[in-house]
Amino acid sequence: MDADKNFIVGIFDDEEILLSGIKNVRDSGVKIHEVYSPFPVHGIDDALGYKRTRLPIAAFLFGLTGTSLALTMQIWMLGFDWPMIIGGKNFASLPPFIPVTFELTVLLAALGMVATFMISNDLKPYRWPRQFDLRSTDDKHVMAIDLAKNTSMTKAALSQLLKSAGASEVNEKTFE
Amino acid sequence: MQVTSSVRDPLVTGGKTVKDVSHDISRHVENSPPRSWWIALAISLVFFAYGFYCLCMVLWNGIGMWGLNKTVGWAWDITNFVWWVGIGHAGTLISAILLLFRQKWRMSINRAAEAMTIFAVICAATFPLIHMGRLWLGFYWALPLPNAFGSLWANFNSPLLWDVFAISTYFTVSLVFWYIGLIPDFAVIRDRAVLQGNKIRAAVYNAMSFGWQGGARTWMRYESVALILAGLSTPLVLSVHTIVSMDFATSVIPGWHTTIFPPYFVAGAIFSGFAMVLTLLLITRAVFKLEDYITIYHIELMNIIIIVTGSIVGIAYITELFISWYSGVEYEGYAFYNRVQGPYAWAYWSMMTCNVISPQLFWVKKIRTSIAATFVLSIIVNIGMWFERFVIIVTSLHRDYIPSSWTMFHPTQYDIGEYLFTFGLFFTAFLLFAKFFPVINMAEVKSIVRSDSEKVKKEEDHH
Repeated sequence: MDADKNFIVGIFDDEEILLSGIKNVRDSGVKIHEVYSPFPVHGIDDALGYKRTRLPIAAFLFGLTGTSLALTMQIWMLGFDWPMIIGGKNFASLPPFIPVTFELTVLLAALGMVATFMISNDLKPYRWPRQFDLRSTDDKHVMAIDLAKNTSMTKAALSQLLKSAGASEVNEKTFE
Repeated sequence: MQVTSSVRDPLVTGGKTVKDVSHDISRHVENSPPRSWWIALAISLVFFAYGFYCLCMVLWNGIGMWGLNKTVGWAWDITNFVWWVGIGHAGTLISAILLLFRQKWRMSINRAAEAMTIFAVICAATFPLIHMGRLWLGFYWALPLPNAFGSLWANFNSPLLWDVFAISTYFTVSLVFWYIGLIPDFAVIRDRAVLQGNKIRAAVYNAMSFGWQGGARTWMRYESVALILAGLSTPLVLSVHTIVSMDFATSVIPGWHTTIFPPYFVAGAIFSGFAMVLTLLLITRAVFKLEDYITIYHIELMNIIIIVTGSIVGIAYITELFISWYSGVEYEGYAFYNRVQGPYAWAYWSMMTCNVISPQLFWVKKIRTSIAATFVLSIIVNIGMWFERFVIIVTSLHRDYIPSSWTMFHPTQYDIGEYLFTFGLFFTAFLLFAKFFPVINMAEVKSIVRSDSEKVKKEEDHH
C-alpha cells in the first residue's frame, strides 16, 4: 500500500472530545497524519506532540536584518557618500536615524516572518488542498490517519478505535 | 476550551453554534447585497467621481488650485492627512493591543476595524502624494533612490521622511496582518461554495485563501504569527502618530513646537478611530443583521475607550493652554490667545465642544448603551477631531511673525473636492469589503462561541 493515499478519517464534533480522543488514539500506538480544525484548538499541539514552532526566531533574524540594513544605509548615505551639514548636526548622527531604523526593523520582521510562514505551510494561491472533509472549515474537527503508516492495525480496528475515542463519524478517503 | 468569567456578559448572544457562525457571516458574501448597499455604493461613487475630477484638475494645473497662500502653506491637505491616519489607529489598537491584553471582545470587531485602518491609510496617503505636485517625481524626493543629482540622498534628519517610512510600513504591516486573519475565513467560503456547487466562487476564494486547510500544525504556526505581528504592530501604531506629530513638533512654529504632541496625537488618533469604528459598525450591524455578534456590550466597551482617550485629549488641550502662559514665551502665548480669541475661535470652540464635552456624556450608562446616541456622538467626535487638526495647523500659520503677512485661509472647490474624494474612496472600499469579504473573523468567534452559548443557555434556564 502506498503512503499518503489511503486514509481513515474520524469526524469530531467538540474540541474537548477531540483532545481526549487524540490522546487515546496516540496511546494505542497509532500515528495521526494531521487534525484539521475550523479554529485553533488550545493544547492540540501538545496532544499531538508537535514541537514548538521556530517562527519567532525567524522573525527576530529578519528584524535584525532590517535594523542593520537601515543603519548601514543611513550612515553610508549621509555620513560617507554625500555628507551634508543639516542643522549643524554630525554627518552621521544616530538619534535622527532611529525612526527609520525602527520602521525598517518592523517591516522586515513582519514580511520575512509571514513569507516564512507561507512557505513552510505550502500556502500558495494556485494550490487546491487535499480535503479530507469539507466540514473541517465549518464546524467539525477532522482527524486523518494514514493507513499505510499504521499497518499494525486493520481498517476495522482503526475505525473502532476512532469511534471509541469519541468520533461521531468514521469515513474512508482515498486520493489519486 | 475557553474559560469565560461568569461575571461578564457573553460576547456572542442568541445561543449561536459554531455552524451558525459560518452561516451568519458567509451568507453576506454568498447572497446578493440588500438594496441599501446599492444605494450607499451609488452615493459613494458619486463622491468619488466628483472628487476624482477635482484631483485631476489639481494634478494637471498644480496645487495653486487649492486655497493655500504665502502664509498658510499647509491647510486642508495636511489636516485631512492627519485626520485619516488617526482614524486608522483604532483598527490596529483593536487587533494588536487588545490581542496582547487578551481582550476577547475584540474578536467580532477586529476584521472590520482593520479594514477601516487600511482604507483610511490609503485615503491619508493621497494628500501628501498630491501635495508633492509632480507626483511622478515624488519617488526621488521621498525615497532614498539613486538619482541624477550625483546621488544626493534623501534627508534622514527630516521628520517628513520618517513619515514616509512610518506610513508605508504601517500600511504594509496592517495589510499583512489583516490578510493573514482573512485566510482561514476565505477557506470557509470556498468549502461552502464547493458544497453549493459554485465552481467559480470556490476557485476565487481558494486562490484568496492560498489553499488553506487548517491542519493543527498550520494553526499552531498561525497563532504564533498572529501573536508576533501583534507584538510588532503595537509599537508600530504608537510610532506612526508620534512621527506624524513630529512633523509639527520638531518645527519652531509657535503652537507646534511642543513636547506634549506625541502622546496627545496618539490619544487623539485612538479617540477618533474608535468613533469611526462605531459609525461604521453600527451601520454594518444593522444592514447585515449582526446584532448577536456586535452586541451592546461591545458598543459600551468602545464607548468607554472613547471616554478615556477623549479625557486624555481634553487634558492635553488644557495643558497646552497652561504651558503657553506659564512658559512666558510671548509667541507661544499669542498663538494660544489667538486660537481662543482670534478669527478662528469658532473652530477652536467647535473642537472643544465636540472633543472635550461631548464624550463626557458617555459617563451616563443610558447614553453609552444607546445606539442612537452612540451613532450621533461618534460623528460629533470625528467632526471635533477634524477641527483639532485644522486649529493646530491653520491658526498657528495664519498669524505669521510679520503682521503684514497675516491672512486667512479660504478653501476652494478643489480643497473640498479632494476631501470628498477620500470619503468616496473610503466608503466605496468599505462597502466592497462588506460585500465580498467576511466582515467578522469567523475562526476567532468560533473559538469563543461555545462557552458563550452555553452560558446563555444556563442563564435562560436559571430565569
